[in-house]
Amino acid sequence: MTTKKHWFFSLPYYLWLALFVVAPLVLIFYQSFQGLNGHFTVQNYVNFAESGVYLKMTFNSVWYAFLITVITLIISYPVAYIIAQFKSRDFWLALIIMPTWINLLLKTYAFIGILGENGSINNFLRFIGIGSHQLLFTDASFMLVAAYIELPFMILPIYNSIVAIRPSLINASLDLGASRWQTFRRVILPLTKNGVFAGIQAVFIPSLSLFMITRLIGGNRVITLGTAIEEHFLTTQNWGMGSTIGVVLVVAMLIVMLLTDDSGKGVHR
Amino acid sequence: MKKLLAAIIALIAVIAGLIAWNHQLTAKQSTTSATKTLVIYNWGDYIDPSLIKKFEKQTGYQVDYETFDSNEAMLTKIEQGGTRYDLVVPSEYTIQRMKKEHLIQPLNLREIPNMKYLAPQFLNQNFDPHNKYSVPYFWGTLGIIYNDQLVKNPPKHWTDLWKPEYRNQEMLYDSARDMMAIALITQGHSVNTTNTGELQAAEQKLRGLSGNTKAVVADEMKMYMKQDEAAIGITYSGDAAEMMAVNHHLHYVVPSEGSNIWYDNFVIPKSAKNVKAANAFINFMLEPKNAAQNAKYVGYATPNQGAMKYLDKSVTNNKAFYPDKQTMKHLQVYRDLPKKVNQEYNDLFLEFKMFVK
Repeated sequence: MTTKKHWFFSLPYYLWLALFVVAPLVLIFYQSFQGLNGHFTVQNYVNFAESGVYLKMTFNSVWYAFLITVITLIISYPVAYIIAQFKSRDFWLALIIMPTWINLLLKTYAFIGILGENGSINNFLRFIGIGSHQLLFTDASFMLVAAYIELPFMILPIYNSIVAIRPSLINASLDLGASRWQTFRRVILPLTKNGVFAGIQAVFIPSLSLFMITRLIGGNRVITLGTAIEEHFLTTQNWGMGSTIGVVLVVAMLIVMLLTDDSGKGVHR
Repeated sequence: MKKLLAAIIALIAVIAGLIAWNHQLTAKQSTTSATKTLVIYNWGDYIDPSLIKKFEKQTGYQVDYETFDSNEAMLTKIEQGGTRYDLVVPSEYTIQRMKKEHLIQPLNLREIPNMKYLAPQFLNQNFDPHNKYSVPYFWGTLGIIYNDQLVKNPPKHWTDLWKPEYRNQEMLYDSARDMMAIALITQGHSVNTTNTGELQAAEQKLRGLSGNTKAVVADEMKMYMKQDEAAIGITYSGDAAEMMAVNHHLHYVVPSEGSNIWYDNFVIPKSAKNVKAANAFINFMLEPKNAAQNAKYVGYATPNQGAMKYLDKSVTNNKAFYPDKQTMKHLQVYRDLPKKVNQEYNDLFLEFKMFVK
């Protein structure tokens, strides 16, 4: 195929990139330098750095996203590993993917039914004599629901990396006298590093800007940057400040990408 | 290769076809159907749908009905242009803004004779003197809803919200203007204050509520209160009516020391294509029987005097929804604030929400 035809076929892709990836980013960056009256200013960034509220919110967002990522990782790695050993692994994988077919809001509302004052968990607690507890609107419930929603996006890349390991490598390691633990630490873990990093990216980045769940499950007791962006765009119509927070989020995500980018150092086959 | 090329050509042909079709449709709209259709832009679930059918039957107009869920969202859409709404239903402070931005046109009141059924107390308001631009549709209040099974002493005044006995029992509304208004009223200030000192004091006052706050929610409150999730909620009168219809242990009070009163009103945007149909619709909705039917369906209070006799006595005598004169005197209307002050309200409220944690 000639280069000319290459260009022809990749045109839609470049158009897509330009329209839906580059243009919005440029617009957000441009708007972040606009004040309430529409003139050019860096005041938004000054406000962000000076107000303790936004810094605390940024810290909150990163902290919660970090916790959610750790929780999903702790659950996902063993799950992915076990599923990879099953004969009927396609079936088990389908079970894990299935919840992603259901609308996010529906799943969130289902959790309200489970965690509420008269929800199934509290009914059970009352039944066994412990009495009802405040479950909704707590940090724990927020992280539970967020982790549940993000779980498949962590399991899938890890699973793929585990399945891709050639069994002969593990057999060789065992044959040459390594224990099971040593095989896991020295062979399997390094080979699945890329999957883990991909999973961390897929979970951490969306978790940074969750906002519907913070209100529905967290009752606005969990405030993240997503909450502030929603407010600036919908209530105060201060698009400049909203965009500034957006830029901060983009930078935070870039940092995560760089930290978890493994190309160059990783294991190559 | 050839297949791909064929697919691309087919795609281009389809797009071209759609563009041509769209062009034809819009051309048609601007000639024939514009005189036949009426495009209404209203809040969600804010009209009895059978009235729209009745209007279509009576007049022969075809109604296109679209909904929004906040004044700001509606305003943003109309400001962007390209819309052809004939009738919109914003709240009073938004009407002030729309007037300032020349987005709405003066009404021809002679086309709306049924204005005579409206109670005079709801006409000629500050936000629109002599009803030059707007006709009131519904009005309502901000108040407290409580569950008589979950509280021993029902709250009657805003200051009651600070009582230690309601620890972790209250649901606040996720709206800066409303929550700041509550604190401002307890401190004897106007709900439209632009004084930074008063606003900061109000935020400090709100912080005292953090121990009693169970959650800061929006529309979901209806669901939570119906399910006995919380004992007390801050809400609007119409939402309260909806909750009370489902859960009979719920009661709504408007604190007598003052609260917010708001009006939603018909206005006709400058970009309207069918002013005649819009006038006809306003007039139709002001017909006492129709206004009463609509009020029964929606649950908010109607400004229509003529409709009162078609409504249940138990509704019109209910002080929660039609407060007595003494309370009415203390109710305050929100005014459109400069963007900067509005930002201040929201920033302070955000600080409060961070503090609640």
